[in-house]
Amino acid sequence: MTSPAIEVSRVSKIYRRYSQRKQFATLKSALLSRSLIKNLKPDETFTALNDITLTVPKGRTLGVIGRNGSGKSTLLKLVAGITKPSEGTVKVDGRISALIELGAGFHPEISGRENVFINGIMLGLTKREITERFDEIVDFAEMKDFIDAPVKTYSSGMYMRLGFAVAIHVDPEVLLVDEVLAVGDEGFTHKCLDKFGEFKRRGKTILLVTHSLGMVERFCDEALWLDAGRIKGSGDPKRIVGAYITDVERQEERELAATDAKARESASSGVVSPDEPASAVLPDNPVETATGPADMFRATEGRWGSREVEITDVTLIGSDGEPGHVFHSGERLDVKIRMHAPLPIDDFVVGLGLFNAEGVCCYGTNTYIEELTPERLAGDTEAVFSIDSLELVEGTYKLDVAVHKIDGYPYDYHRLLHTFRVKSRTKDVGFYRPRHAWRFTGDMRFKKIDQ
Amino acid sequence: MLHNLVRLTRYRALIQSLVARDLKARYRGSALGFFWSFINPLTLLLIYTFVFKYVMPNAPPGTDPYPLFMFCGLLPWTWFASSLTESSGVLISGGNLIKKVLFPAEILPIVTVTANMIHFFLALPILVVFLIYYKAPLSVGELLCFPLVVLVQFIFTLSCALILSALTVHFRDIKDILSNVLTLWFFATPIIYSYLHMPEAAQGFKRYLNLNPFTHLAISYQEILFFNGPFGHWKWLAALGVASVLFFFVAYWVFDRLRDSFAEEV
Repeated sequence: MTSPAIEVSRVSKIYRRYSQRKQFATLKSALLSRSLIKNLKPDETFTALNDITLTVPKGRTLGVIGRNGSGKSTLLKLVAGITKPSEGTVKVDGRISALIELGAGFHPEISGRENVFINGIMLGLTKREITERFDEIVDFAEMKDFIDAPVKTYSSGMYMRLGFAVAIHVDPEVLLVDEVLAVGDEGFTHKCLDKFGEFKRRGKTILLVTHSLGMVERFCDEALWLDAGRIKGSGDPKRIVGAYITDVERQEERELAATDAKARESASSGVVSPDEPASAVLPDNPVETATGPADMFRATEGRWGSREVEITDVTLIGSDGEPGHVFHSGERLDVKIRMHAPLPIDDFVVGLGLFNAEGVCCYGTNTYIEELTPERLAGDTEAVFSIDSLELVEGTYKLDVAVHKIDGYPYDYHRLLHTFRVKSRTKDVGFYRPRHAWRFTGDMRFKKIDQ
Repeated sequence: MLHNLVRLTRYRALIQSLVARDLKARYRGSALGFFWSFINPLTLLLIYTFVFKYVMPNAPPGTDPYPLFMFCGLLPWTWFASSLTESSGVLISGGNLIKKVLFPAEILPIVTVTANMIHFFLALPILVVFLIYYKAPLSVGELLCFPLVVLVQFIFTLSCALILSALTVHFRDIKDILSNVLTLWFFATPIIYSYLHMPEAAQGFKRYLNLNPFTHLAISYQEILFFNGPFGHWKWLAALGVASVLFFFVAYWVFDRLRDSFAEEV
């Protein structure tokens, strides 16, 4: 194999932060001590990248993924040479074009034509090269009719398209792309992808920073996962993306657990915002609170009821038997409701409602609707609502859980206090996914997706 | 540092087109466009002519016709002052370029100073018309020195612009301090009065005026364009030229040292 196109060895990047007060202080002291450079000492540092080593061989495509703030863009800027590493070295072999911000140098007052020339020169082309490629650039950007209008009259889509077209026609050896594919309509995005494919075929090296995991899987030869400035994994895109998704889910799980706990705590302590009048209710004041919101289908969080029966705990248990907040479409889900009734009660209904993020009721049921006649409820009890297969599309869902009398008088009503997220690899829409299969007859075929 | 300076020559085309863009963008959309580069100094000159001919006819000694005298120093000063004012903010306003495009930052102050120099050139025809009108005593030998004065001023202005633009990134106060300093500097330069004809009582100030680099530029312009007689100030100008080149290297060194911080601070 030939020498690598990008070689990053033991690179760290430490950003310095100055507070506003400190700036004044440094100006004064810098002037007094007449050593401007020495006194530019930061009062705080932030390590954006920590000891990163990576090589990208010529002609390979590397996808960089990671959460916001994990150092992806910093890495790209270091490779592009826009910033210098605090430690370590970055070596790049060949002409670079960095698609970091499209049309970064455009001047609003002058025409698109003039801006193409200036932008092209900035990106390292000569005047003649631009003249040669000018028509191609304009065609690619689909800007023929507007190229002589001042750039300030362009829509943001036109602006980005023109910027992209110039950058992609620089004909680099190494292409750096930072999350810029969301620039146009569907058609333009396809054109960009085709262009990337062409680059790949011609043996160019691409470094791609993106949140589009599908693109990393489809497009990249290798993936790199950054987390808090460190490499958390690298190698086969499928494997890395899988590991990344699992980690993101774990993170979501933690966050949902935290918000959930907070919602429940604030509801039970009665500290709920005042626009939810029926929710902040004390057990010894049941009459006022017995009604709940007038419109039961209006989604506002809260908790109310007389607490003659108290819901002490609600847990969601996934297919692995562990309580959690993130589940996969088509998997098993158990909703375990723990209740406590200080005195025996013979009039009770246990109910459950499922809402999506927009507050639309996806499903609701209770024991009375399902013709279960109550007989006795006393002490600590547990009800499990068991779903064999979670036929929901990806999204965040909230649960109503309630115990009440047959006539509706609430013992304990948890309104949208329990949140969970459904994950799915299929990006279908709506909220209900019926179990389904496609069948085709006649001369109708679909291509097998390779890779 | 030297490596960076050499690299800069590769960016000539970019500097050229950015200067052109600057000039085009400045008057884009205005009806008279480029003519403003003539009209602005012309109006100024007409106003001065009127004021110093009819309102305050007592010109300082040795400066008659006063409007012409003043103009010889004022035009280069405008180039100098607006270059510094603009370049103090140029890295911050061009932050998008520095942060997102691989781009040598010193191009921005260079473009600012150059664009202002072009404006200076565009105002020169007006000055020429007035020189002819007032029948100013010009000699070919002196006029040949004119490009040299411009060159020295260019190097000196560029050096100041480099340092200012780099430091303003870290100390934003400089922008405000600068406008005050420039006002003071203007009056400390023999532009509205003549260095060669200062009253007895003020002779002591000459020593301090000599420390002001722009004094020698202003006197050079005045001797070439306005005063009769030989260009006697050339020794000072030559010294300033050498000093400016040295100053340029210092300024470039400072700029180079601070370069890596720009992308993070702007």
